[in-house]
Amino acid sequence: MAQAHAPQFKNPVVKWIDSRLPIFTMLDHEYNQYPMPRNVNYLWAFGAIAGIMLVVMIATGLVLAMQYAANTHIAFDSVERIMRDVNYGWLLRYVHANGASMFFIAVYIHMFRGLYYGSYKAPREILWILGVLILLAMMATAFMGYVLPWGQMSFWGATVITNLFSAFPIVGDPIVTWLWGGFSVDNPTLNRFFALHFLLPFVLFALVILHTAALHVSGSNNPLGIDPKGPQDTVPFNPYVTVKDGFAVVVFLIVYAAFVFFAPNYLGHPDNYIPANPLVTPAHIVPEWYFLPFYAILRAIPDKLGGVLAMFGAIAVLVILPWLDTSKVRSCKFRPIYRQFFWILAVDALVLGYAGAMPAEGVWLMIARIGTAYYFFHFLVLLPLLGKLERPLPLPASICEPVLKGGGRVAAGAHAKPMEKA
Amino acid sequence: MAQTTHPPGTGAHAAPGGEGTSRRDFLYLATGAVGAVGAAAAVWPFIDSMNPAADTLALASIDVDLAPVAEGQAITVTWRGKPVFVRHRNAKEIDEAKKVNLGELRDPVADDARVKKPEWLIVIGICTHLGCVPLGQKPTDPRGDYDGWFCPCHGSHYDTAGRIRKGPAPANLVVPQYAFTSDTAIRLG
Ligand code: HEM
Ligand code: FES
Repeated sequence: MAQAHAPQFKNPVVKWIDSRLPIFTMLDHEYNQYPMPRNVNYLWAFGAIAGIMLVVMIATGLVLAMQYAANTHIAFDSVERIMRDVNYGWLLRYVHANGASMFFIAVYIHMFRGLYYGSYKAPREILWILGVLILLAMMATAFMGYVLPWGQMSFWGATVITNLFSAFPIVGDPIVTWLWGGFSVDNPTLNRFFALHFLLPFVLFALVILHTAALHVSGSNNPLGIDPKGPQDTVPFNPYVTVKDGFAVVVFLIVYAAFVFFAPNYLGHPDNYIPANPLVTPAHIVPEWYFLPFYAILRAIPDKLGGVLAMFGAIAVLVILPWLDTSKVRSCKFRPIYRQFFWILAVDALVLGYAGAMPAEGVWLMIARIGTAYYFFHFLVLLPLLGKLERPLPLPASICEPVLKGGGRVAAGAHAKPMEKA
Repeated sequence: MAQTTHPPGTGAHAAPGGEGTSRRDFLYLATGAVGAVGAAAAVWPFIDSMNPAADTLALASIDVDLAPVAEGQAITVTWRGKPVFVRHRNAKEIDEAKKVNLGELRDPVADDARVKKPEWLIVIGICTHLGCVPLGQKPTDPRGDYDGWFCPCHGSHYDTAGRIRKGPAPANLVVPQYAFTSDTAIRLG
């Protein structure tokens, strides 16, 4: 995207390196000059926030791994030792445990931003699909991380989730035995989960690099959902976006710190402070909050295989979303009907999450069923139809037109108008 | 060999305007196939290493003394890392299990086929839905709508023969391999 000229480095060392491995040119190109649409709002900061969260998770995870012991006899105690005896162990663990939640908050907001502004549409399909893969890798990582403290929820969460695979005919049971490395969730399971929990964040890191690479090919979308028509529609990434994202990161970290210091166990489940007991299932198993909508979908279907397929299907529809939505208009701003259904979907996701935390009986089961039906209805029926039936509002001619009223002073370019609020 | 399968004139290079098969294509394919088989063979030890190890498989059978379990009571023993429910059924429970119409069962098995002696029901205490341990062993536990077990995870109800009656579980509680070694003792496995 960036039609920027090659930068001139003054530092001779930088120059020497850059002429052999153009890493500084690359960074300058992608994070200094990279043209951002001038009208992006704070919802565009959540990608950067998610990136910071990944770094925080890897940093805290690495030092936790130096104290943690992946053995069913001592895993629980080793986590308690981290909490009581290891210097700042309590802080590192709370930062890591709450970090998982904050990571999901950032990524879910990031995804709903994409849904609202149509960021999954051409030419950003691969960018979006890489995002869905990132979500899947995150889910696997968080699930296996939650098993590590080897509390009751760790054990029973692992049991329920690994058993999902037994729903598949014929291959199901061998797969589950293979996942466990035994006949129940046990020491071999804990060991491999630790190994994978360590590995997957780095896979995630690689996916994030691909995600950003794809982003920098198509360029960022923006609240109007129309392509920048020229330099008057964009601002250079640095300092405009670095500063704006930086501010958003700080605000986000304040909320995060509030959880870590004042409510570190608010998002967790007290049962996970009871050591795992393979003979006693807790009365009410719930996954971590970020899995609840999917858990509700799983339980809504009164058939084992059906429930599992619906749950995976809920993510699969996101993969094919770019082709399900037949409307050429990206942003909800210009889609008066879809905009309302977008909010219904957002509420539906919250309702599903709430139902997922409730016992799967009576009215909650009914609500989960309606919510599940609506979720699939939205993606599989509404989106393909709406693109054909809805009449979008007229799109502005360019990004700066609604701001500058008629696109005046175009030639002045972005640099000349630093105070113009996008 | 390859030569005999080609018409004359399509030697080492693709026949001009022909189907374009040549000895080289064959070599590519053959090399690719050998490589794929080799890769699969190399990957297998990695995958199989994650299956249960020999010590995990070498599971001793266990003996369970039934004498202390009074009628109407139940005990849980651990076998292969799993809970096994041993229930001493009373006459009412046996009767309930026997008089069920098989046609209305999700996983139809007669009570006789699930027990060796009517008063002793022995099943693996793992819900066939997603693997929770159902409640119903302790006198204070809920036993569901059919007097057997109730799985709190997603609400499966099992009857007094451990058969699934209601809820998401697809199958009956599994009857493990066991034998009576005396009137009041069994060996599991
Ligand atoms: C994508 C990033 C990651 C996510 C979402 C994640 C998630 C989690 C979660 C939810 C827990 C359970 C926290 C608890 O209740 O105690 C956990 C524990 C743990 N994680 Fe991670 N993790 C990530 C990255 C890492 C990395 C990179 C490492 C190692 C290099 C690591 C090492 C550990 C260890 C040792 C524990 C057990 C200690 C504890 O329970 O706090 N994690 N992780
Ligand atoms: S595990 Fe028993 S009902 Fe789901």
